[in-house]
Amino acid sequence: MQLFPCPFCGLRAETEFHFGAEAGKTRPEPAADVSAADWARYLHAKKNPKGPSREIWVHETCGEFFLLERDTVTHEVTGSQSLRKGEP
Amino acid sequence: MPQRYSALSLFQQGLTGQKGWKPAWRSPEPKPAYDAVVIGGGGHGLATAYYLAKNHGISNVAVIEKGWLGGGNTGRNTSTIRSNYFYPESVALYDYALKLYEGLSRELNYNVMFSQRGVVTVAHSEGEMEIASRIVNAMQINGTDAELLGPEQVFERAPLLNRGDDARYPVFGGVWQGRAGVARHDAVAWGYARAADRAGVDIIQNCEVTGFLVENGRCAGVETSRGTIRAGVTGMAVAGNSGVLAGLAGFDLPIQSYSLQAMVSEPVKPCLDTVVLYLGTGTYLFQSDKGEIVVGGGLDRVPSYAQRGNPPMQRTVLSGLLEMFPSFGQLKLMRQWAGNVDVVPDSSPIIGPTPMPGLYMSGGWGTGGFKSIPAGGVLLAHLMATGDHHAISRPFDLDRFATGRLIDEAAGSGIAH
Repeated sequence: MQLFPCPFCGLRAETEFHFGAEAGKTRPEPAADVSAADWARYLHAKKNPKGPSREIWVHETCGEFFLLERDTVTHEVTGSQSLRKGEP
Repeated sequence: MPQRYSALSLFQQGLTGQKGWKPAWRSPEPKPAYDAVVIGGGGHGLATAYYLAKNHGISNVAVIEKGWLGGGNTGRNTSTIRSNYFYPESVALYDYALKLYEGLSRELNYNVMFSQRGVVTVAHSEGEMEIASRIVNAMQINGTDAELLGPEQVFERAPLLNRGDDARYPVFGGVWQGRAGVARHDAVAWGYARAADRAGVDIIQNCEVTGFLVENGRCAGVETSRGTIRAGVTGMAVAGNSGVLAGLAGFDLPIQSYSLQAMVSEPVKPCLDTVVLYLGTGTYLFQSDKGEIVVGGGLDRVPSYAQRGNPPMQRTVLSGLLEMFPSFGQLKLMRQWAGNVDVVPDSSPIIGPTPMPGLYMSGGWGTGGFKSIPAGGVLLAHLMATGDHHAISRPFDLDRFATGRLIDEAAGSGIAH
């Protein structure tokens, strides 16, 4: 069992966490001007990197969404960062 | 002259100490240019090369494999073949593959050991039985074989199933597909490799694609660890690495890669002669010809290219096994492994042109790549040879994500992948 670092709770079992999406996507606006292709790209396309990866995860037990930096080959976790405004 | 395999040749070789067997395919050096290059020497890539030669008369073809032939997901899957899907598009695709599998050993002159022992998907409540009958109806309307079973019919097929009053997931009945079964996964890769090689295809192993050769905005070949190889048309069938190849070509795909793990027990005497899947536990299993119980389940929860699988999912799968077959608690596990699978949001594959002109793909097969090898090969070969979709592959084009015409089998057939 791997332990993931929640910025709020600290190290917890991986089964308490849920993968959300890759980090760094920006919702295209305004909706009326967004083409179907751009919307599909925003919804579905992803880098799916092999190696270092920046991902949005949620700690389901406390509800914290955060940025997790990890390696998709070694599973090593290299960083965990809160997404709350005003926090580094 | 290539050898033809037969009972007679086996007998003759037996009399002469098995010393007359020749290599089943060549290991040629790559030529500077081919009419068609297929990236990926697994089942799908080799089948694509075979059907390029057989169906379209294009035999100046190279299959490029970064490791060894069939060493990726083709050698890591649990070798089940079935077409028990909900949507007409899916049944058209997977049942086409199943039909080709039915004649494959004869066609390739290579025994792929396809054993049509049937798959039973077990339901555990009145509500699930309604869903099961809906799937059976859909399958029958779509033209494939399906039968709704009651609990006694399920126990007849798998007598060791948990009949206890305290069963967490009691057997209410299930969906039966009798034409489904298992095949020898390595033999499928080797059979296609041998047949493609005979037709003139060059199979180039230990040759990794490092980039694409682009001329006038069109894919004109590939850069590899063994030099540049030009191609009139390029196809990729690289399960577990679609995102990596797309990155080299400069586009993103709606694919996330996960580990899918499986394990086998020590070999035991014959005790299970069908494939069993529980809707409730997500665990499925069958007994291999060697006697091992082959067990698999759902995806790991963590995006991964690690090819190893993590302990929490292993625990889930094995708890499912103990619930289904309490007597299998005595078995020792021999091996555990995982493959990388490319998962698409609607759990259906992506077959068609890519954003780079001249490059076609067959990928995103998720956990269903092995069962679809013959169909994937025919369809990608058709695209590469004609530039147009086959009627069966059209619904699986990448454009469905923009049009919204998804084929959501995770919701449709309730099979988790």
